[in-house]
Amino acid sequence: MTTSRRNFLRLTAGSAAIAAGLSACGTSGPKSSGSSSEAGATGSGATYWFLTGQPQQAIREAQVKRFNDANPDTKLKTNEFQNDAFKQKIKTAIGAGQGPTLIWGWGGGGLKAYVEAGQVEDLTDWLNKDQAELKSSIFPSAFTAATVNGKIYAVPGETVTPIVLFYDKRAFEKIGAEPPKSWQDIMSLVPRFNEKGIAPFSLGGQSRWTNMMWLEFLFDRIGGSEVFQNIFDGKKDGWSDPSALKALEEMQNLIKANGFIKGFSSITADSNADQALLYTGKAAMMLHGAWTYGGMKGSGKDFVTGGHLGYMNFPPYEGGKGDPSDTVGNPGQYMSISAKATQAEKDTAKKFIATNTLDDATVDAWVKSGSIPVVKSAKDKLSSITDKNDAEWLNFVYDTAANAKNFAQSWDQALSPTAAETLLDNIAKLFQLSISPQQFADSMNGVIGK
Amino acid sequence: MTAAAPTVAKVAGRTTSRAGRSGSVAWMALPALAIFLVFGIVPLVGVLLLSFTQWDGLGAIHPAGISNWRSVLSDPGLPHALFVTFEIMILSWAVQTPMSLLLGVFLAGRQRYRAFLAVLYFVPLLLSSAAIAITYKALLDPNFGLGAGLHLDFLAQDWLGKTNLAIGVVIFVVSWQFIPFHSLIYQGGVRQIPTTMYEAASIDGAGRVRQFFSITLPQLKYTIITSSTLMVVGSLTFFDLIFVLTAGGPGDATRVLALDMYKRGFQANLMGPASVIAVLLVLIGLALALILRRLGGSTTASQQEGA
Repeated sequence: MTTSRRNFLRLTAGSAAIAAGLSACGTSGPKSSGSSSEAGATGSGATYWFLTGQPQQAIREAQVKRFNDANPDTKLKTNEFQNDAFKQKIKTAIGAGQGPTLIWGWGGGGLKAYVEAGQVEDLTDWLNKDQAELKSSIFPSAFTAATVNGKIYAVPGETVTPIVLFYDKRAFEKIGAEPPKSWQDIMSLVPRFNEKGIAPFSLGGQSRWTNMMWLEFLFDRIGGSEVFQNIFDGKKDGWSDPSALKALEEMQNLIKANGFIKGFSSITADSNADQALLYTGKAAMMLHGAWTYGGMKGSGKDFVTGGHLGYMNFPPYEGGKGDPSDTVGNPGQYMSISAKATQAEKDTAKKFIATNTLDDATVDAWVKSGSIPVVKSAKDKLSSITDKNDAEWLNFVYDTAANAKNFAQSWDQALSPTAAETLLDNIAKLFQLSISPQQFADSMNGVIGK
Repeated sequence: MTAAAPTVAKVAGRTTSRAGRSGSVAWMALPALAIFLVFGIVPLVGVLLLSFTQWDGLGAIHPAGISNWRSVLSDPGLPHALFVTFEIMILSWAVQTPMSLLLGVFLAGRQRYRAFLAVLYFVPLLLSSAAIAITYKALLDPNFGLGAGLHLDFLAQDWLGKTNLAIGVVIFVVSWQFIPFHSLIYQGGVRQIPTTMYEAASIDGAGRVRQFFSITLPQLKYTIITSSTLMVVGSLTFFDLIFVLTAGGPGDATRVLALDMYKRGFQANLMGPASVIAVLLVLIGLALALILRRLGGSTTASQQEGA
């Protein structure tokens, strides 16, 4: 349970609990409502499996209810699962031809595995012709993780959660400095914070994917988005691209300069200790997902409400090729349609996607719950947010996601599980300084395309 | 031993009727046998077969010959995982055995306060490994843990982030958890030793230490072997504790075989190589159990001989 980024992200992503109404988030243990029926993909009507856990669960249930009320003849049957149970069950069920009509997922490497096993429908034509309007309403960046070999196999839905550089305004006042405008600024801020006894960066390094967020940005800012794209596309020796090696080297430079809090490799993100380091003033900055805003607001006393929390997109690297508007993280959650379902079931599922997943009521509900849904129309809803801090934050998240030239999916979800596990292992060693950039690249080149 | 002879003769005389009777009750073993077969042997064979296949848990299972075995056995990570597994096994045995032995001997006394202490010592065993791991992780946190809270600098180390410290912490926590159980075994063992032996030794003028080394320790031979077998074979399956405490880190410093198997199988979706490790674990466990049995000799009757 603890190590998996996938778990954590999937639980929290989308919730990004902000706003007063969300105070319950983070502690809401997902309800276990195991599958009671064995409703498979065959015959008995369209089915939809998704995750429990508030506030997302209520929003999904409301979507289905609206659909079923409007379509009494072709009702959608649902099964709700706890995160871990879902991941096991959905894989086995699809493998056994017993999966649901509508498959909820995370896109990327997982989706690719379904595609390769011939389990999901190609939705390219349907989206381009019949649902052009729906398609154009969604952030274009969300489609990357839904696309395999140039074809779209899933519809992005739900919410965006980019990775953001958070900082404590009080810490910067203490040393009389401005937030970093470049990577070089970061490097020169490090000794100044250390002198004052404030750790420059908080990091929950034991979770491994937390370290990965740094590499995702460094690769992008130094070499541009194509460096990882080449790796993702399986280009030979993609990890030993000169920009990649440079990024890995810069990473180790920051670690050697004591950029991270003492003991970072034994801190986990699951316990939220990394957030606590930021809001208790022990660390000045933190690179983390947008979903941590709610946690810091809930547990950080007046840290958020008092206006001490600052945030920004990751700064550029002077002389780097990357577009500074690029971001990484979770561009959305995804719905695919089972290739094994009957035509009638597929039609029902498509109708549900078209009419009830990103409709006005849903978009409204997501924004109220403190998240930015993956549609451009989310912007119109933001004016209704009364809390000043929340409104500012939601606008920032919206702008980051909407303006990103490239919204890269988190590496461990973009890659296949096999490559992702090797990656996380090697990242842990890189941050321990027990392997060199070259050794890192060599062992990662070995799993390209796997 | 004189009394034994007639018994043996009697038994021999009734061999046939005995065999008949035990034959008629043999069916009583069937449920146990069936459960062992279904939940023990079948999965074992399944894993063995799986180790010769390529499977990601999603699609079809493809035969892979010995390629999994070749890749796992030539993986430089394997000797490391083996080394860590044995390191933790041997060190935790070396810490636990003397402490459990002494505690067991101490607790074998009949005073009432010792019964109370025994209950107290037993508490760690009642907690789940995951809960223990989470608690220790919180206590050892360099920024929010015990050391930082009490301003004790020597305690505010990066306990789980440095290779040697992390191994030490794992061994400490394992010992903390299991010493109570082994103390209980030793306590039982010590209480089995006839008091007449100690009385005789006292008359001969042997002191407490002499009695411990000349009577208690030799008499506990089988208890030591039982307890050691449980420790050694049990340590092969340490998973939950390490998984929660260090997740195999820092780097792969505490990545034991069981964890390696989990990570390959369920995180990297490589069921074939994970099965290879599972088979290796079974083989190592069996070999260790056999070796320990050999060390103990094959008969069980000689312990009380001197009495």
